[in-house]
Amino acid sequence: MKRREFLKSMTALAAGGVLPAAPAIWSPAKAQSRQETLLIVSESGPNNIDIHGVGTNVPGYEVSWNCYDRLISHEMKTLPNGVQYYDRDKFRLELADDMKVGDMSVTFKLKKNAVFQDGTPVTAKDVKWSLDRAVTVGGFPTFQMGAGSLTKPEQFVVVDDNTVRVDFLRKDRLTLPDLAVIVPAIYNSELVKKHANEKDPWGLEYTKQNTAGSGAYRVVSWNAGTEVILERNDKWVGGPPPKVRRIVWRMVPSAGNRRALLERGDADISYDLPNKDFVELKDLGKLNIVSTPYSNGIQYIGMNVKNPPFDNLKVRQAVAYAIPYQKIMDAVLFGLAKPMFGAPAESPTEVAWPQPHKYNTDIAKAKALLAEAGYPNGFETTLSFDLGFAGVNEPLCVLTQESLAQIGIKCTINKIPGATWRTELNKKVLPLYTNVFSGWLDYPEYFFIWCYHGKNSIFNTMSYQSKELDALIDGAVTAAAEGDKTAYDKDVKGFVDLAYADIPRIPLYQPFVNVAMQKNVSGYQYWFHRRLDYRALVKG
Amino acid sequence: MGPRLHGDDYMVGANAAMLMMVVKRMLIAVPSLIGVVIVTFLLTRALPGDPAAYFAGPAATNEAIEQIRVKLGLDRPLYVQFIRYVGDLARGDLGNSLTTGQPVGYEIKTRLPASAELTLLGLMVSMAIAVPLGILAATRPNSVIDHVCRVVSTAGVSLPVFFTGLILIYVFYYLLGWAPAPLGRLDVFFSPPPHVTGFYLVDSLIAGDGEVFFSSLKQLVLPALTLGIFSLAPIARMTRASMLAVLASDFVRTARASGLTPFTVIVTYAFRNAMLPVITTLGMVFSFLLGANVLVEKVFAWPGIGSFAVEALIASDFAPLQGFVLTMAVMYVVLNLLIDVLYGLIDPRVRIEA
Repeated sequence: MKRREFLKSMTALAAGGVLPAAPAIWSPAKAQSRQETLLIVSESGPNNIDIHGVGTNVPGYEVSWNCYDRLISHEMKTLPNGVQYYDRDKFRLELADDMKVGDMSVTFKLKKNAVFQDGTPVTAKDVKWSLDRAVTVGGFPTFQMGAGSLTKPEQFVVVDDNTVRVDFLRKDRLTLPDLAVIVPAIYNSELVKKHANEKDPWGLEYTKQNTAGSGAYRVVSWNAGTEVILERNDKWVGGPPPKVRRIVWRMVPSAGNRRALLERGDADISYDLPNKDFVELKDLGKLNIVSTPYSNGIQYIGMNVKNPPFDNLKVRQAVAYAIPYQKIMDAVLFGLAKPMFGAPAESPTEVAWPQPHKYNTDIAKAKALLAEAGYPNGFETTLSFDLGFAGVNEPLCVLTQESLAQIGIKCTINKIPGATWRTELNKKVLPLYTNVFSGWLDYPEYFFIWCYHGKNSIFNTMSYQSKELDALIDGAVTAAAEGDKTAYDKDVKGFVDLAYADIPRIPLYQPFVNVAMQKNVSGYQYWFHRRLDYRALVKG
Repeated sequence: MGPRLHGDDYMVGANAAMLMMVVKRMLIAVPSLIGVVIVTFLLTRALPGDPAAYFAGPAATNEAIEQIRVKLGLDRPLYVQFIRYVGDLARGDLGNSLTTGQPVGYEIKTRLPASAELTLLGLMVSMAIAVPLGILAATRPNSVIDHVCRVVSTAGVSLPVFFTGLILIYVFYYLLGWAPAPLGRLDVFFSPPPHVTGFYLVDSLIAGDGEVFFSSLKQLVLPALTLGIFSLAPIARMTRASMLAVLASDFVRTARASGLTPFTVIVTYAFRNAMLPVITTLGMVFSFLLGANVLVEKVFAWPGIGSFAVEALIASDFAPLQGFVLTMAVMYVVLNLLIDVLYGLIDPRVRIEA
């Protein structure tokens, strides 16, 4: 090309770029489609739309929940504040038409008219294949099934085309509830098998991108990190037909923008905004804000009891008296959490979890305890937190650092990136840290097995060991399986009391799940997994 | 008027020389690319995070984490992982992203146009403001317009991009309601045009879909403006400096003495000769913007390559990081090559030196 031509053509190109392009032909307003579409905005989206996948993240669970059916699910109950809350003790039949609980097994009859999204009927074969898959693929799904004593494919028996039996490995109160969590979803086995191969016998590659269930919604388009679009499955028989035809779920990383979108009325629902925004939105009154405490979840300060100085009970008590509980509630959470501290001294221990402990901020007492423990001048340590939740963790740790300094404990704050947090926690060497644990199954003994039992699961982040506590937990598990309420109540009270007397971890509060919705959106339900259930949502 | 006096015969030899230069430059790029592959591989492995633990989720046992590690092949020695990586690379397979669950090659292919479209438009906005501003400033040094140029460009570069972006959203979307919701490349109720170039503006025109064209243009305005404001400074300053130098030279004095209008002198003669350093700056600014628009992408929920890389970094997701750095390296090489070729077309003197 010659220079002059080049320069000329560049000029022409530039001029062309400035000219207005093709005239727009505006189609009539898409009001109808807007009315039937629900726009959800959240910070992050799924990385896999199958909960059985390798490393499926929590947003992926939400897709699975809405696109697949389980044999059973839970009924709803209404909380005093009007929020619909899942009822832990009442099951609702979803794919099952009938459930008969025997002594060592449970038998399900399937709904005769239940079909997968491609029209093939749901059979007992599909159920067995799906449950086999859950206990075999490994990773999180297998682990979750194991929590309800569901570990072997032999436990799932096809009785006839329409009937399936689940045999119990042992008597376990958690077996039935574990069949109602997200993991035991029922897959279209023939469809998935078509896409399976030797390397991938369970067709995980296919279900990672495609929904193959009988659920109320199906994914029509998924652009990772950008959006998920779901459409209603009109053939769904698992419950009352959903009202919203189309769900558009967009990822908006900036919290400020999510709030702006809500306030401008462009987005219908968002549920991960900073607490401060939720409080302000609540005060503005333009939106519906629903706050519900995490079921069976607690944010706590943990101490490594294996090593000094936190192996000393008096030191742990001193820390428990030096935490600025109320300041954390006010300045960090803006009141959006349920306090787990400062129960009146005379109040009896309840058969419930979580429940508040009796420690309160009392610097003088903390100082005295620390002196008794042999640290009159305090000591130095590090206070660690997960940067992935820095919005809450950072101010919480700074306040705690300030308060502990008053009794002579000098903390260095150690910020650990989200990707490393679990590895660091797993090493069980962090002396002092804050963290959240919450269990899907809302039973006190479930929480304690994971967090306090001497078998030292990864959630026993304190490396706490107590034969006495183990005996109480095991006792409660057995009592629950046998239906012995007196023994159960005694053991639960026993382990709560002991955990609070020995105080290896200091509960701070029960976090809230905050959901902000437009005024014309209703039907929000709180579920143990804390994600949205689209099936009940109504717009307009 | 030195550069304009070369005859066309000269061009034939010059084209061959240029081809030689292109080939030479490409060969030089090979070792640096090999270096990039090795360094990114080692760097990602040196990251403190453990992807297996991250992706095992909040409720995983050590056993579950180990299972995932084996599935990801991360239990193998480093050199085995490297050989596998290079082998996959040779077949054009960049691996899979764990955060989005998609093949990295696919992610980059779909996300790069989004970033490139935004960056190019940002650059155009920036040029449209900075070049005239620079020229005006140069023609009247130390005047009001010169100070305006200085203040605007300094302000632009000193405001962090996410801040500019959030302010623009606050004013034009939240308060005034002029701009569309900052929800990425298209309004929720439009679907993207059929894929040809991946640039929605171009693709929608090809498809003849005016509605989608205007929707995507509207979505582009604020982020492009944000990027444009940020990159004003280098372009405006470079234009000004280079124009000042050219305006002081002999051929401009001669042109003025010959009674040409100030417009002809400045635009036709002076500006063309001042373009060279500006083009160099543009190349730099473009590659710099492509990397730096990470924050703009975050603010505007733009599904670009920058936000993809940052998410991967947070999750210690090796494959996308390696793919991202490699793509960027290739783009830098290509871009620099392109600029060198452009030089030759704009100013024949460069070819003599080459």
